[in-house]
Amino acid sequence: MTSLTAKPGAVWARVRVGNLTWAILALLLILGFNFFFTPGFFTIQVRDGHLFGSLIDILTFGASLMILAIGMTLVIGTGGVDLSVGPVAAISGAVAASLIGGASDASQTPLWLAVSAALLVAGLCGAWNGVLVAWAGIQPIIATLILMVAGRGIAQLITKGQILTIYYEPYHFIGGGFLVIPFSIFIVAAVYTVVALLTRRTALGLLIEAIGNNASASRYSGIDQRLVKLLVYTISGLCAGVAGIIISSNVRSADGNNAGLWFELDAILAVAIGGTALSGGRFSLVGSLIGALIIQSLVTTIYSFGVAPEVTLVVKAVVVCIVSLLQSARFRALFRGASQPQGG
Amino acid sequence: MLAQFGNPRAWAARFRFDRRYLPVSVTIGLFVLFYTLAALRYTGIGTVQVFSNLLIDNAFLFISAIGMTFVILSGGIDLSVAAVIAFTSILSAALLEQAMLSPVIVIPLVLLIGALFGAAMGALIHYFAIPPFIATLAGMFLARGACFLISIYAIPIENAFYRAVAQYQIRLPIGGFISINVVIALLMLVVAIYILHYTRFGRTVYAIGGNEQSALLMGLPVARTKVLIYALNGFCSALAGVVYSFYMLSGYGLYANGFELDIIAAVVIGGTLLSGGFGYVIGTFFGVLIQGLIQVVITFDGTLNSWWTRIVVGVLTLFFIGMQRFLIGKGHS
Amino acid sequence: MTLQPVIVETRGVSRRFPGVVALSKVDFTLRRGEIHALMGENGAGKSTLIKLLTGVEKPDEGEILLEGQRVSFRNPHEAQEHGISTVYQEVNLCTNLSVAENMFIGREPRRWGRIDWPQVYARAEQALARLDVSVDVRQPLGDCSVAIQQLVAIARALDISAKVLILDEPTASLDANEVETLFKLLRRLRDEGLAIIFITHFLDQVYAISDRITVLRQGELIGSYATAELSRLALVSHMIGKALDDLDLLQERKAEQEATSDDAAVLEAQGLGKRGTIEPFDLRLQPGQVLGLAGLLGSGRTELARLLFGIDSADQGQVRVQGQALEIGSPAASLRAGIAMCPENRRLDGIIPDLSVRENIVLALQVSRGWLRTLGYAEQVALAERFIELLNIKTSDPEQPVKQLSGGNQQKVILARWLAINPQVLILDEPTRGIDIGAKTEIQKLVLELAGEGRSVLFISSELEEVLRCSHRIAVLRDRQKVAELDGRTATEAQLMQVMAERSEHDIAYS
Repeated sequence: MTSLTAKPGAVWARVRVGNLTWAILALLLILGFNFFFTPGFFTIQVRDGHLFGSLIDILTFGASLMILAIGMTLVIGTGGVDLSVGPVAAISGAVAASLIGGASDASQTPLWLAVSAALLVAGLCGAWNGVLVAWAGIQPIIATLILMVAGRGIAQLITKGQILTIYYEPYHFIGGGFLVIPFSIFIVAAVYTVVALLTRRTALGLLIEAIGNNASASRYSGIDQRLVKLLVYTISGLCAGVAGIIISSNVRSADGNNAGLWFELDAILAVAIGGTALSGGRFSLVGSLIGALIIQSLVTTIYSFGVAPEVTLVVKAVVVCIVSLLQSARFRALFRGASQPQGG
Repeated sequence: MLAQFGNPRAWAARFRFDRRYLPVSVTIGLFVLFYTLAALRYTGIGTVQVFSNLLIDNAFLFISAIGMTFVILSGGIDLSVAAVIAFTSILSAALLEQAMLSPVIVIPLVLLIGALFGAAMGALIHYFAIPPFIATLAGMFLARGACFLISIYAIPIENAFYRAVAQYQIRLPIGGFISINVVIALLMLVVAIYILHYTRFGRTVYAIGGNEQSALLMGLPVARTKVLIYALNGFCSALAGVVYSFYMLSGYGLYANGFELDIIAAVVIGGTLLSGGFGYVIGTFFGVLIQGLIQVVITFDGTLNSWWTRIVVGVLTLFFIGMQRFLIGKGHS
Repeated sequence: MTLQPVIVETRGVSRRFPGVVALSKVDFTLRRGEIHALMGENGAGKSTLIKLLTGVEKPDEGEILLEGQRVSFRNPHEAQEHGISTVYQEVNLCTNLSVAENMFIGREPRRWGRIDWPQVYARAEQALARLDVSVDVRQPLGDCSVAIQQLVAIARALDISAKVLILDEPTASLDANEVETLFKLLRRLRDEGLAIIFITHFLDQVYAISDRITVLRQGELIGSYATAELSRLALVSHMIGKALDDLDLLQERKAEQEATSDDAAVLEAQGLGKRGTIEPFDLRLQPGQVLGLAGLLGSGRTELARLLFGIDSADQGQVRVQGQALEIGSPAASLRAGIAMCPENRRLDGIIPDLSVRENIVLALQVSRGWLRTLGYAEQVALAERFIELLNIKTSDPEQPVKQLSGGNQQKVILARWLAINPQVLILDEPTRGIDIGAKTEIQKLVLELAGEGRSVLFISSELEEVLRCSHRIAVLRDRQKVAELDGRTATEAQLMQVMAERSEHDIAYS
């Protein structure tokens, strides 16, 4: 199991970066495929001072997924999962839309206030999950399932059952606007920067990884798991909130039923592809971003071939299978051939 | 803190009441209570036909939830059920209307496909130790995607047999009528109760949910049973799909969108513990009825909006999870 | 009295794993109508022998005979069918099912294809009545006490097969009355001709119930003895491997580190205990003192340490640090008060496998500083390298994931983690396990150096000479009770062994 002598540094360095390398390779593979088979995929035109093209589309549509994946990465790092991010995104969009109102020239509430309120509500949802997991000790799948079930109902409650349309242009800028490149990318960069600083410049990242990798050893080291877990679920909720605003801004409406439908599954998939083990421990924010890009570029590739969008589901299914098999120790053991007996 | 409320085990022992029946009893009690209150509040709910309609409209949910009960009792979960319902409906429609096959071939075929699909997921879960949540997630994506490989649009079913079944009404002696779907659902309920309480397979399901490690050490056929559980659930989802096709007389990839949550919630509200080992399929039956009743009340009221269903179901789920934790403890290992 | 026929025999069985010999040419004989105790310390091979007998493992060499015939079981199920059943310490039943069901699951009597419940209940009641147990067989097993659950497990084992019954630590969770009930039952079963293998760490119980004792040590058979002819002291010396008359000359210790008994205690426990785990005990630790904790495996040493540190919550008693009451059951509070614990099981409780050596070392220190005040990268590397050198940790690079290190080096990394926070009191549970001789001495010196700095150490080890070498005082545990405290400078190994083995004039009188 363990080597009696330490191997040279190069070996482990390769292994550690390995996960990220696979993800980057996969992304390059998809882009490469498009380079050869999709005419005009890499063309970037400049129109009205904006950039347009398939590559830009990937970034735009993938923005909300990337942000969700960032929040989900932290939750999975602690060994948990957050199934409620889709509904929470819907709730966030609903709050913003109902505060802004239907007028096209003015908003009922100052934009910054509406957005802040939406984020606050989303954060509270996340905190609710955190309390259930950390204090009530409920399994994360079950705890977040409750909000997943009730969440869409709450979103519809806020929109009073309607699909609220938002005509207010400045709101549309958030998800659909351009500052040369899509504005939503700036948001992604901002969220990533904040979370990266939070996890890597403070001890939080280390604590998350320790809890996810060996909860018992973390207890001996004095880590208060409850606070860490409360924080990661709140962050996940906030990320869902941001994603929800981008989504509702993109489609110029808040649909309690369909906004972010099954997004949580895409987010989990993105995290897994990016190299973070679903059982917790070491996590990689960059990996999750790349994972999200992989999913989005897969989807965009399929669209550009004129295939029905729902077919992407089959592709995602295959990817989930491959990724989870690769992460399964028993599957890998099939190829290694050696079995580890128990010592007496 | 909980000590203030006394020891639930001691209460149960004192009243010679198997505390495992408590959650189900609460479920049934809640249903009776809701129904009574609803009947008093809204005239018309108290009629036999409204109750029959409750059964007719939710027959397919019953069948699927029965399969899900098996899975959750064993400590697993299956997110693919609604996708399989949709897939079965559209596959049946395509085979009937485009390949012009007879129902005698189509129905057994789709049921078999459902069972095999479930067995495949069960094998992934047991032999490669892939978490059930992930494996059935992949299954869900696959089944939904496969729907659209068959057809992007809905396929109406013109087949005479299906039409006959859809329109057939069974008169009840007390007035009103039910459909064949309801008969199928009730039949499945009886079969499920028999399997869970009178066969070794059924008792092994409970054992695995209680403590899989112990079950292994006691020499129970855990691997075979787990795969069979998911196969059975696949079969139930397919059967629910067939029943749904009778009900809707068409097949479509977007059917049953999001229903997996309702099905899981029905099982939880029915008193089955999500971590496995405790629960009764009769509870699931009432869990579905409660959800259906909420919908009916909302329709009758006219002023409430349907989103309240989701919220109430969410609250009930939370309530039941909390109750189970209190009664049975923080999960057994 | 004529000897009963042999029922199970192993001849020259060996079992090897990569890097370790679990069993080496062991001959073991079990007769009908006897209760046979299997004893040995850590790594003795007891559980491996049992696994061979029950079909969990197969021997690399040698043979196993059942009633004179060679057998080779492919799995526990087969062993069960041939008459060998095991009841484990964690009762391996399903507490959500009824008592009767647990007895018959997998083999329920059927009528016309369906389970015949009246039969199930009736037969369960009969089977339990044979053991003088009367409970409502319809109630969930989880509602019964652990003692009853165990009896149900035994009843199930007997019902399935009735030749050999193996009990692995059956009394760990039982109180005195329940143990007596169990023993009455076992004696009756033995008189009826059943062969019983009994594994336990409680010496009193071994002498109360067993007819023969087999001692294993490091995979080898030391001997099989009639209980009545083996003194406790002889038993312990066989298990540990020290000859009775081997009075080791004590090594020179830094005698100047004397703590007078007037010094205020830095850590004090009063009446600390937990039902089912360890009897209430008192403990005083003075600054600059090393308190050794000696006792056989299973005597409660780790349990005592875990209660002190707060990983487990005591249900009675209190702990004071520098005179202030310490919050019970909170590792974080203990760490803030200056108490740290290096746990015994490095794999389960120690290493964070995917994290690097550096991260593992600085973890506790970082936690103590809070989230915001992070240690700079350069500072962390310097700290890690300091300990890598100090403890001679073999790693190519502080960034190497700790799971790639050998067991001994992992142990050193964990030790470094606790040394890095400079605790006032350091609890070390088997710190030298799996470490080479040279490093062992380094660590022992380190322990004494810590004491020299005015810190205190609670030092738990299975190696008596180590305990003697490092400790100023030694507390001895036996059968989950603290029974004596000896002066570390004058105690001898023979004395220690005697106290560990049996009641002696050193025992503290407990009411």
